Amino acid sequence: MSDMKIPPGRITPWHQNNWDWRAAGNFIGGGSGTGLLFFATLAAANIDAYRAMALVALALVGGGLFCVWLEIGRPWRAINVLFHPHTSWMTREAIVAMPLFACGLAAVWFGGGVFVGMAALLGIVFLYCQGRILQASKGIPAWREPKIVPLILATGFVEGAGLAAVLAAVLPGENPRWLAGVLLGALILRRLAWTVYYKALEKNGLPKKAMDVMRSFGARFEMLGQLAPEILIVAGIFYGAVLPWLTLVAGLVAAAAGWWLKFTIVARAAYNQGYALPVLPVRGQGEVKPGIRPGWSK
Amino acid sequence: MSRYIMTVDLRRCIGCQTCTAACRHANATPPGVQWRKVLDIESGEFPDVRRSFVPVGCMHCADPPCMHVCPTTATYQRKDGIVGINYEICIGCGYCAVACPYQARYIVHEREFAYGERPTEQEEARFDARRIGVATKCNFCSDRVDAGKENGLVPGIDPEATPACVNACIAGVLQFGDREDPHSNVSQLLAENQFFRMHEELGTDPGMYYIFDKK
Repeated sequence: MSDMKIPPGRITPWHQNNWDWRAAGNFIGGGSGTGLLFFATLAAANIDAYRAMALVALALVGGGLFCVWLEIGRPWRAINVLFHPHTSWMTREAIVAMPLFACGLAAVWFGGGVFVGMAALLGIVFLYCQGRILQASKGIPAWREPKIVPLILATGFVEGAGLAAVLAAVLPGENPRWLAGVLLGALILRRLAWTVYYKALEKNGLPKKAMDVMRSFGARFEMLGQLAPEILIVAGIFYGAVLPWLTLVAGLVAAAAGWWLKFTIVARAAYNQGYALPVLPVRGQGEVKPGIRPGWSK
Repeated sequence: MSRYIMTVDLRRCIGCQTCTAACRHANATPPGVQWRKVLDIESGEFPDVRRSFVPVGCMHCADPPCMHVCPTTATYQRKDGIVGINYEICIGCGYCAVACPYQARYIVHEREFAYGERPTEQEEARFDARRIGVATKCNFCSDRVDAGKENGLVPGIDPEATPACVNACIAGVLQFGDREDPHSNVSQLLAENQFFRMHEELGTDPGMYYIFDKK
């Protein structure tokens, strides 16, 4: 459809105003927390280190959920969020959060055992729910793209590996050197997921303003959020003596880039569908004309 | 089984916004909340310029994304296809608003008045505290439809059983009726004319049919 001159305002897509930084906070805290919970099982040098990592992870997930609670219009009815597991990924996320916290706290309390693995697995399920929450938002073209699910998963893993690298460096105990390789692998995975997601957006079209946001963000993200930590890790591998410190910095940058990515998608690129007419109606003596979809990239 | 839909004859609409005013009066919506609004679209370049008036609102989709995502079951679909909201259990999370591709949902967090800081007599009389902090949208005046049907009236034919916007439309643009009934007013209109539905490619099966030309 052609994009003819349309007065700005009510016709073209505009930025949704229902979910703001608080919603982004849920995806940031949830992704980083569950990612960290997963990598804590591998990266913690000892049980005390695991306890510290798991507590930070649970605090992140809890902080994210608290952000959502701050945003809802009727916070004292929040328990109602559990009513619709049949189709709502938000309900499913909330339901998974309960055993996630129970297993996470049990793992911290007992210092290991089956709860460690269960908490890590439930964290992945929670993260998957977050990806599906965005995908089910049909009114926001940048979110409903199905490739957003692997992107949310991949960046959650990167953030988790990054934070695990940071915490492993500062907590007492041996800092596993292979964590650098794991972080590099996660970064490569996120690069792939980002590329696939971005290409899908370009192919299917987005509201122009959303595309502008993603284009501007994408160039900087690939340099600062992807390439920079990747180079740091590779440099550390070649100069082994500084590997732990370079991994720490790379982990911090990689995690921060993930937060930046989610803040951008949730709070800056969330332009709605707008309106479109497949054809222009007959009026008076006129004829049917080709339709319009104003404000779209294609 | 009935499925209530609305037809919009785009050839007739003059953009008078009477439907908008009637909706606001019937449903006492606060400032800035227009469950039924009319887009004024100017397209093309001189000398080939076209102006279109397009009434929009909740499309009462047969496969409503707002209902699927709602974590509380506050958004529900009746057997007759009307999509409603239970204000008593809605938590105002806004998920339905980002799931709706028609921008049809509103959440008002504070009481607002049209003129200054004090409510008008009408605003005071019609204020509904249940609507603060929850999602709201067009409900096809389901109270009117139900009350009319209980009295043996036919929605879309008898004004007492028909949405306020349809009753108010001065140009006969808006029609309401049962899509499943082949003899209904809307089924007849759709049989005789060409129509489209907005964003149909998204698979929501919307219940507003836009007529653009005769067959």
